[in-house]
Amino acid sequence: MVVDIQERDLLFHALSDATRRDIVRRAVGAAHSISDLAEAYPMSFAAVQKHVAVLERAGLVSKERQGRERLVRAEIGAIRSARSLLDDLEALWRARVERMDEILDEGA
Amino acid sequence: MPVTSIDKDPEALTMTVVADFDAPVERVWRLWSDPRQLEQWWGPPGYPATFLQHDLTPGGDALYAMTGPDGERHHGWWRVVAVDPPHGLEFEDGFADDDGAPVPDMPTMTVRMTLEPRPDGGTTMTNVTTFPSAEAMQQIMEMGAEEGFKAALAQIDDLLAAEAV
Repeated sequence: MVVDIQERDLLFHALSDATRRDIVRRAVGAAHSISDLAEAYPMSFAAVQKHVAVLERAGLVSKERQGRERLVRAEIGAIRSARSLLDDLEALWRARVERMDEILDEGA
Repeated sequence: MPVTSIDKDPEALTMTVVADFDAPVERVWRLWSDPRQLEQWWGPPGYPATFLQHDLTPGGDALYAMTGPDGERHHGWWRVVAVDPPHGLEFEDGFADDDGAPVPDMPTMTVRMTLEPRPDGGTTMTNVTTFPSAEAMQQIMEMGAEEGFKAALAQIDDLLAAEAV
């Protein structure tokens, strides 16, 4: 997926607020209800709901219904967009080989 | 740069890294066989690794912990499939829980590493990583990406905090 300029602006705007970054961090790997999240911050349920809506528009989180609750989950794919999985692995090994070479240079 | 080639084959679900080092085979082997040297290069930047267990014999296990920027720890394990010191090592690499126990439902990748002497006295390292399926590759890389993403968020926090001063 190619991230266009408008999407990127939404992304940066969404991440420009410390509470919203914290919400995303909590929602990585584990879904949270909005009422759970509201308990974590000194602000109203409605204010947290607004933050979640900004994150949702930026594609950073999604909401899913579970019983009477709506659960918020982070969308890692939105951030990772164009980079393929093997590119990540390539970057990891290039960096490893570079460190290996440095250790050999030190003559340890 | 010591990396001479990288070949990514999404259909075969493999990645092959070839690198040349200006050191003899025995010396490069120690980067793998000595846990104190291994932990200097295994963890990504910001995630230094500590090997808690390191048994490079067939069927042997290694267990490592990587400590992230926020002090959180991520565990991983190896199971040695084959070993031929100082020429080669093949192992499975998987995720472990906080107690270091392998996570049963998580797929693993297989790494096959070989070291060959070069006429100039150096060593060529060939490293082939294989994923069991496309789904497994997706799952493994996403798990790694989650950690990378959390680290990126922490960096944004730091940057903005520095600007605010």
